[in-house]
Amino acid sequence: MSEVLLLRGGVVVDRSGERRADVVVRDGVVAAVGPDVATGVAGTELDCSGAYVMPGFVDLFSGVGEPADPSVETIESATRAAALAGCTAVLVGVDPSAPLDSPAALHHLRALAAGASCAVVPSAALTMGAAGERLVPMAQLADLGVRVFGDPGGVADPTVLRRAMAYAADLGVVVALDPVDPVLAGGGHLHEGPWSSLLGIAGIPAEAEELGVGRALALALRTGVRLHLRRLSTAASLGMVAAARRAGLDLTAEVTAAHALFVDADCAAFDPAFKLEPPLRPAADRDAVAAALRSGVVDALVSGHMPASAVAKNVPFAEAAFGAATLPWYSATVFSPVECPPARAVALLAEGPARIADLTDRQGGPVVAGRPANLTVFDPEAVWAAGPETAVSRTATTPFAGRTLRGRARHTLLDGTAVVICSEAQR
Amino acid sequence: MSSPASPEPVSPTPPSGGVFVPRTRVLDAGDVQRAVWRMAHEISERNRGTADVVLVGLASGGVAFAARLADALDDIDGTRPPTGTLDVAFHRDDIGLRSVMPHGVTDLPVEITDRVVVLVDDVLFTGRTVRAALDALNDHGRPRAVQLAVMVDRGHRELPIRPDFVGKNLPTRRDELVRVGGDGVEVGEMSA
Amino acid sequence: MRHLLGVRGLDRDDLVHLLDLTASFRAVNARPIPKVPALQGRTVATLFFEDSTRTRLSFETAAKRLSADTLSFSVGTSSVKKGESLRDTARTVEAMGVDAIVLRHSASGAPHRLAGWVDAAVVNAGDGWHEHPTQALLDAFTLRERFGTLDGLRVAIVGDIAHSRVARSNVWALHTLGAEVTLVAPRTLLPPDTSAWPVRVTDDLDDVLRTVDVVYLLRMQFERQGAPLVPSLAEYVERFGLTRERAERLGPSTVVMHPGPMNQGVEIAPEVADDPRCLVLDQVANGVSVRMAVLFRLLGAGPLQNAGGGGDV
Repeated sequence: MSEVLLLRGGVVVDRSGERRADVVVRDGVVAAVGPDVATGVAGTELDCSGAYVMPGFVDLFSGVGEPADPSVETIESATRAAALAGCTAVLVGVDPSAPLDSPAALHHLRALAAGASCAVVPSAALTMGAAGERLVPMAQLADLGVRVFGDPGGVADPTVLRRAMAYAADLGVVVALDPVDPVLAGGGHLHEGPWSSLLGIAGIPAEAEELGVGRALALALRTGVRLHLRRLSTAASLGMVAAARRAGLDLTAEVTAAHALFVDADCAAFDPAFKLEPPLRPAADRDAVAAALRSGVVDALVSGHMPASAVAKNVPFAEAAFGAATLPWYSATVFSPVECPPARAVALLAEGPARIADLTDRQGGPVVAGRPANLTVFDPEAVWAAGPETAVSRTATTPFAGRTLRGRARHTLLDGTAVVICSEAQR
Repeated sequence: MSSPASPEPVSPTPPSGGVFVPRTRVLDAGDVQRAVWRMAHEISERNRGTADVVLVGLASGGVAFAARLADALDDIDGTRPPTGTLDVAFHRDDIGLRSVMPHGVTDLPVEITDRVVVLVDDVLFTGRTVRAALDALNDHGRPRAVQLAVMVDRGHRELPIRPDFVGKNLPTRRDELVRVGGDGVEVGEMSA
Repeated sequence: MRHLLGVRGLDRDDLVHLLDLTASFRAVNARPIPKVPALQGRTVATLFFEDSTRTRLSFETAAKRLSADTLSFSVGTSSVKKGESLRDTARTVEAMGVDAIVLRHSASGAPHRLAGWVDAAVVNAGDGWHEHPTQALLDAFTLRERFGTLDGLRVAIVGDIAHSRVARSNVWALHTLGAEVTLVAPRTLLPPDTSAWPVRVTDDLDDVLRTVDVVYLLRMQFERQGAPLVPSLAEYVERFGLTRERAERLGPSTVVMHPGPMNQGVEIAPEVADDPRCLVLDQVANGVSVRMAVLFRLLGAGPLQNAGGGGDV
């Protein structure tokens, strides 16, 4: 692209810190960064005053519906929502209904992703059909560019999991795990505790996650695999992660924005918008998640976007599908209410996820000349309403409905092209 | 279900809360007692004695009044006519428009079929309570006749109902309130 | 009060109001013509996704005695189409012109969701393990009739509390009306976390029986979803059953209650079921009056006013 974009008046934030600087983007890359670099340069100006210029965010957990159920969400609508959240890349393949387990599926996904508002990065299943039995052709898929492997919902059989981890360790790819014991968790619909007791609904005990985390850590230690723990939700799980890291394990962990914000009590009105996977936990766990985001125990904040159709949600709580739309609102959470400083926000939203998914050549910063221009201009003080007015996903059900958020992506640049300008999608 | 002819939004039944503030005492205790006596005589005269008469006081304002009429008739005729109470909450025509709570119990000590029922209430106003009472009586039998005795007729009828025995005719404004007690009859209003 | 979705959240005045209304309707039901025109022209639909002829008939009788018209949909008679969502079924029913929908459903919270989809008044006739408000109301009414008041009454609820909507509704109703509630069950039959509930919890039935005014027995289902909840039925009866021997140790004024239907020989010995201290028949008899009170309260009562004093209509 020969278009020249001038990002004027912002504060550049990346892993090297914060600095007042303008950015010139030319031909898809960052051409210059500095206080005066835009002076006298002809190009389209994007106002960045009062905002941070950050590496574009990388969402490690984006449910996109397609190809399994395009009526729920398409790659086009999901990436548009992600771009509005400030993302320039999303990791897909986490929908339980459409595990990616073959080169053909990979090619199909890449074809669908042409013209999307973000880079669509595939993650593959660990086992064929995510059935937990036979391993996928990991080496073949890795050769075709897949770096992250994991079955949605976890692997029940520890023998299979151990084998998958050993195989993956040889290839140097990442095993991304939903650490949950499916037997203990089975049949539940919300966190097992005071609210499930009051509402009379079968619960999912916290132990289901803790058992899953313990098992994953033990197996990872022995196999030496690069382990990434998905969607952690309890204080105990986070404690185990911290301890494992201190013991030297090559371990990364993510949490979803919803788990840093909402609690089990939000299910009190039986609203399936709060029926999430893993379930929303009590306040002590929610607070531990927020603290872990600030302290660095957690490496990545993900959207956890798992849109469900109205048909799947307009039913009694126990019958409703798990999951809800969280794009484009998730990224605001890291600023408010979690209150991470900007450097930490960049680590959680962009740099950490890019490192985990081996995308650092194109994503995650730093914001320096020569790097691909995958950037977002994020206004941490912008106030906006979450809900149908700002929903872009095809599905309406979201736990964010009715909330006022602080922090919004103003502009997003994908490989040097502005896909979001003044908080409006261009694609 | 207010009458189409009535333009005022004020409902005849007093709003909740507030205190009744009397402005005028129109009858004192002695006046009330004399009226009771007169009405008892009229009831006895009209029905040629009280052999077949049943007094039915409408809950809640008519209950005490019915007892006083029964006492007076006891003195006049030598026997106290059977006296019962009737709660008409479930027969009202404004159910669904305002909260309706039963005021008291329905207790009819004798069969009313083929007898003369004298409905007794303290104040006659729009006539809707009496209509509900006629409806409620149907559940209990078929009286030979139904007569109506009220201490005060304050006008503003919305149905073709007229009393047979009246203590006092008292023209009032719609927004006023009438209170009948042992100590007399007062006209006033409700303070907020 | 627009809907009756549960007892939790109703305050003491609400409950007393409903009990007083029940007393009035009980008087109506004692008459030769047990009928009043109060809800004439209104339509009450019963929508039962779980079979329960007894409760459904109780609601329909209540509606008819208030002179309302009734529509009846139940999964037993396959007028509730399998596969049609609750939301679509309810909106179809409402389109026929109903003022109230009485819903029984196996999913907790179904009536709450229903209330968001329809304009009609919603009455919860039992949702999953969550609440069964009219059962708790008729239980409270039965106790008030027997003891005069529920203040200070010591009530033990025995059995599978975890899966019982009757237990939950009763905990809230009894507590709000001033009773002291003790839950008696093995830990496997208790909800995971009752620490915030206004109850005492124990697994020692014999200890409780010494000082209790009301023994409320829950129906014991041995298996749920293929898994036994207790090691054996014999063990349950031995630890938690109201056997003849235990019944003999009850005080003369202690009463026994059960929401029905009773598993005779399990939670209650057959001889005890026939004991005059067992109020099960009173409970059933009060069901229609309670449901009349609820329907009248929801459909008959407009803005809450204190009808009293001064001039009359």
